[in-house]
Amino acid sequence: MNQADTAWMLTSTALVLLMTPALAFFYGGLVRSKNALNTMMMSFISLGFVGVLWAVLGYSLAFSEGTNWVGGLSNAWLAGVGLEENGTIPHLLFMAFQGTFCIITAALISGAIVERMRFSAYVAFICLWALAVYAPVAHWVWGGGWLADLGALDFAGGTVVHVNAAVAALVAAIVVGKRQEYPSSSLLPHNVPFVLLGAGLLWFGWFGFNAGSALGANSIAGLAFVTTMLAPAATLVVWSFLDMFRSGRPTAVGCATAIVVGLVAVTPAAGFISPMSAILLGGLAALPSYVIMAIRARSALDDSLDVVAAHGAGGVTGALLTGVFADMSLNGVADGLLFGNPGQVGIQAAAVAAVIVYSGGMSFVLLKVIGLVIPLRTSESDESTGLDITQHGEEAYMHVGGTSSRGHV
Amino acid sequence: MRLIKSIVRPNKVDDVKDALAKIGISGMTVTEVRGHGKQKGHTAIYRGKEYNVSLLPKMEMEVVVPDAMVDDAIKAIIEAARTGEIGDGRVFVLPVLESHRIRTGEKES
Repeated sequence: MNQADTAWMLTSTALVLLMTPALAFFYGGLVRSKNALNTMMMSFISLGFVGVLWAVLGYSLAFSEGTNWVGGLSNAWLAGVGLEENGTIPHLLFMAFQGTFCIITAALISGAIVERMRFSAYVAFICLWALAVYAPVAHWVWGGGWLADLGALDFAGGTVVHVNAAVAALVAAIVVGKRQEYPSSSLLPHNVPFVLLGAGLLWFGWFGFNAGSALGANSIAGLAFVTTMLAPAATLVVWSFLDMFRSGRPTAVGCATAIVVGLVAVTPAAGFISPMSAILLGGLAALPSYVIMAIRARSALDDSLDVVAAHGAGGVTGALLTGVFADMSLNGVADGLLFGNPGQVGIQAAAVAAVIVYSGGMSFVLLKVIGLVIPLRTSESDESTGLDITQHGEEAYMHVGGTSSRGHV
Repeated sequence: MRLIKSIVRPNKVDDVKDALAKIGISGMTVTEVRGHGKQKGHTAIYRGKEYNVSLLPKMEMEVVVPDAMVDDAIKAIIEAARTGEIGDGRVFVLPVLESHRIRTGEKES
């Protein structure tokens, strides 16, 4: 066991755990004040339910031997997961680190169905989803499953986390349906400073997400750290120009969004590509997400917080560009197209496609099954009143001078 | 007694307050409001989609003054709050039947 590795992984696990509250602020600021708490709760509640389920069953389904498709039950209830080594760190710590990934992946989905999904149905969904979708997909890529055998490169979860969650989000947005008022000019963020705070904390935590995925305090962690710093920076630059070209002004919401898109895109590539490639990857990733976001805003799809544009497009772009920029002289694992291995792009595409099909199909089934027992939406009048009061009996902002929290924004 | 209800630009509140204090009027109630008359709103861009924000922030100031002071009060408010641009606001005058001081129970009418 290596003390430096263990120290870094302890830190990384805490950093990634922080990303879920960060997501709560990012998403929370983007909705109307009457739904602020409910939106944030959708992230926070994942810390509880998914956290426990991961330890009890999820970890085993993802990382124990099992088949090429899913792990077994040998590590259920954390049996066999103790203080012994797993790599160069305690096995328990590896389990905890991976758990923080599962927790935030589930929470990401909430962005597509805010302001109208029944909280109980949401909790039921993420519990089943974590076990039936996240764990198997993690097994395919990281648990010695078939995508690993195929040679798919996903350093920290571009596909396992972001594409996976985005497809589930898309399906959820369609199955749950749009908000009553969508599309309407009154659906505006109530607290953009929260959105910026969330984006900043997400970036901070993401260093644990990406550099921690090196599973050690080593040079690859250093590489992943630097790519995680540079790619979103490039995305932010390009996004600012896109905003200025389109409307003359760079926006704060755009800035926060760009940062997240860049982070998502570099996630699969972090420890596989060079820093200069990361800048290029980040800059390029701005384009598909920006376009998809603009298209979605004019469409009938109420993917309220643009999970598909940010995590879906960002994740797919990042996965494919990993197949372009991977440099074996740096990462010791594989080369991409630019280094003489064009087939890698095809492998990346196959992995992405497989996850889209499985996550999409399974999420649909889970939602339909849950919908038989619990209505997926709140009632129309509850939706109008606001979910903070109706789902939680709370108001986010009680004594704000002159305006009540049930106000317009 | 009249209630003078003024809707002014938020950044004019202090000027109006000072102008009223100069003529001996210091009690008032101020509320944050949104609204518009002829003033056009602005276009907000949210994630690439444009929105027209037409309800603009203003401040509503209410003072209750004796009939004799109404004209001076209106003059003071208008001079202090005016910029000359569309969106300066309005002053309304309403009758007040009674006024009771809570601390002492005194009544004025």
